[in-house]
Amino acid sequence: MRALAVETERLGRVYKPRKNDRHDSKSRVALSDVSLIVPRGELFGLLGPNGAGKTTLIKILTTLLAPSSGWAAVEGYDVHREPQFVRPCINMVSGGEASGYGLLTVRENLWMFSQFYGLSSAEANRRIVELLAIVKMSDRMNTKSSQLSTGLRQKMNIARGFLTDPKVLFLDEPTLGLDVEASRDARQYIRRWVDEDSTRTVLLTTHYMVEADELCDRVAIINGGRVLACDTPSNLKRRLQREAIFHLDATPLAAGDVASIAALPGVQKATHHARDGGSSVELILQEERVLGPVISLLESRRIGLVNLTKREPTLEDVFVALVGRSMDEVEHGVES
Amino acid sequence: MESNRDRVTPLRHSGWRLFARTVMARAYPRLIMNVREKWWVVFDIVLPLVGVCAYVFVYRANHAPADLIGFVIIGGAMSAYWMNVLWAMGNQLFWEKETGNLALYIMAPSSMMAILLGMALGGMVTTTLRAASILVIGSLLFDVRFTIASVPLLAAVFVLALVALYGMGMMFASMFLLLGREGWHLVNLAQEPVFLISGTFFPIRSFNFWVAAGASIVPLTLALDAIRQLSFSTGAELGFLDVRTEVMALAGLGVAFLVAARHLLHQLERLAVAEGRLTESRA
Repeated sequence: MRALAVETERLGRVYKPRKNDRHDSKSRVALSDVSLIVPRGELFGLLGPNGAGKTTLIKILTTLLAPSSGWAAVEGYDVHREPQFVRPCINMVSGGEASGYGLLTVRENLWMFSQFYGLSSAEANRRIVELLAIVKMSDRMNTKSSQLSTGLRQKMNIARGFLTDPKVLFLDEPTLGLDVEASRDARQYIRRWVDEDSTRTVLLTTHYMVEADELCDRVAIINGGRVLACDTPSNLKRRLQREAIFHLDATPLAAGDVASIAALPGVQKATHHARDGGSSVELILQEERVLGPVISLLESRRIGLVNLTKREPTLEDVFVALVGRSMDEVEHGVES
Repeated sequence: MESNRDRVTPLRHSGWRLFARTVMARAYPRLIMNVREKWWVVFDIVLPLVGVCAYVFVYRANHAPADLIGFVIIGGAMSAYWMNVLWAMGNQLFWEKETGNLALYIMAPSSMMAILLGMALGGMVTTTLRAASILVIGSLLFDVRFTIASVPLLAAVFVLALVALYGMGMMFASMFLLLGREGWHLVNLAQEPVFLISGTFFPIRSFNFWVAAGASIVPLTLALDAIRQLSFSTGAELGFLDVRTEVMALAGLGVAFLVAARHLLHQLERLAVAEGRLTESRA
């Protein structure tokens, strides 16, 4: 059995209201009973909507936050009781962070952070040159970071995370703010970095399904502070292969129409999106023959069917099947 | 509960070397600022000199002794340190939190005390450049004559004054962050009144003994008084306490503030981890 990089047991975190906050007088459960194990050498994903508890979990594992209950260890060290042993092993990159000093150049900012981990200047400078080439920022090495765009700044942050060659790297929405090409490059490098050395581990949070699907060895789906499922992306999707999943484009549907479809026997979930003067519906059906009554219902209400496609399940479908709502709906507070 | 897994040996770089590297790295942005941001010449030298000139002309209009002009120049130079301690030390961790740097500092294996010392060291060097400029230009403009009683003692007073002032700044940094946004108001509140009670532009002996003694909690008060006593022929006559007493008091303040800074940093980190809110940023 491989040694573990991260381990949590019944981990919980409750945020108590601030004393002087009149608008927020209730405690908020951010994390509840989270038990996970991540072996060394794994690229592990935490997938969930905003507010699901992903960042809280990362904060606990990076020694920035104490758990309210349970226990967590990184590289064998208790994150709460032995943070001094955890910290040299880890680094973290958050999406959209504005760390560093605008007055300093990219190279100087990276050098400064490397010193807090005790790297010699020669070693730091060698790694800086390498990493900036990887994130395609060699030409920006001597640009002040205040003059960087959001995307370039995020690339600098990504380089900062890898600079200290941590044993466990925590990436909290690392591709936030990056364009499509830069996101793809970042994902490729993250994968390569883990594959190069079996003692390296990445714990990545994301709410991009494709990112989790493409990149991660295993994924934990998290919502409302709880882990709902944890497996490889293909195993998670396999759970839904018994069901039939259809994408349906039609002329505009009223809210009542969607409710009627969802109420049909055998329809597990109907998720509606208005699109280009029409409607799109994602259907999860118990079995293919349930499609007949759906089509009949549309015809009886004189709703024109524009397109109907059967497709393979995605992690989004897994999330919908587990939570009853899509990630967008959870983030926007839409009830099922 | 103990984990039953293999543990890695994590401390690749530790001890004094990590501490020293951290101090130098955190001092660096402050040092490089002198080269990159030239506006400090106007804001940190020209404008303070204008304020100093106003006091000089008041003294001249009243035919005050020539040494008092020197007192004002010394006050103008030393006030640069107080401004730096308030704005670039006391307020700094609040800004570090807002940009997300504080979380990275806490998460790094180096000590937060090294980060604060780096801020202090950078601030000291940078401000010394400003203070020296004010001192030289002011002295040349108003023909100030110095009579140095003891160079080693003067150097000791200056060094101890910086240690005490920046020790206080390091203490403020944690204290103001723990207080949250009110820290900003405290900085504002501490600026002008301290210029008054520390005798920045006049001898502190003008106050009664107990007011001056109370004001001595701010290291600027005793530092100014001791430097003036050691720099001008009439300095000792206008002094508040014996210079050696002031040296000992400054040393005591330095130690007390550094110990308090360490304690408050520990509290800050404990609170940051317990409540999480100190590492939240709006960036």
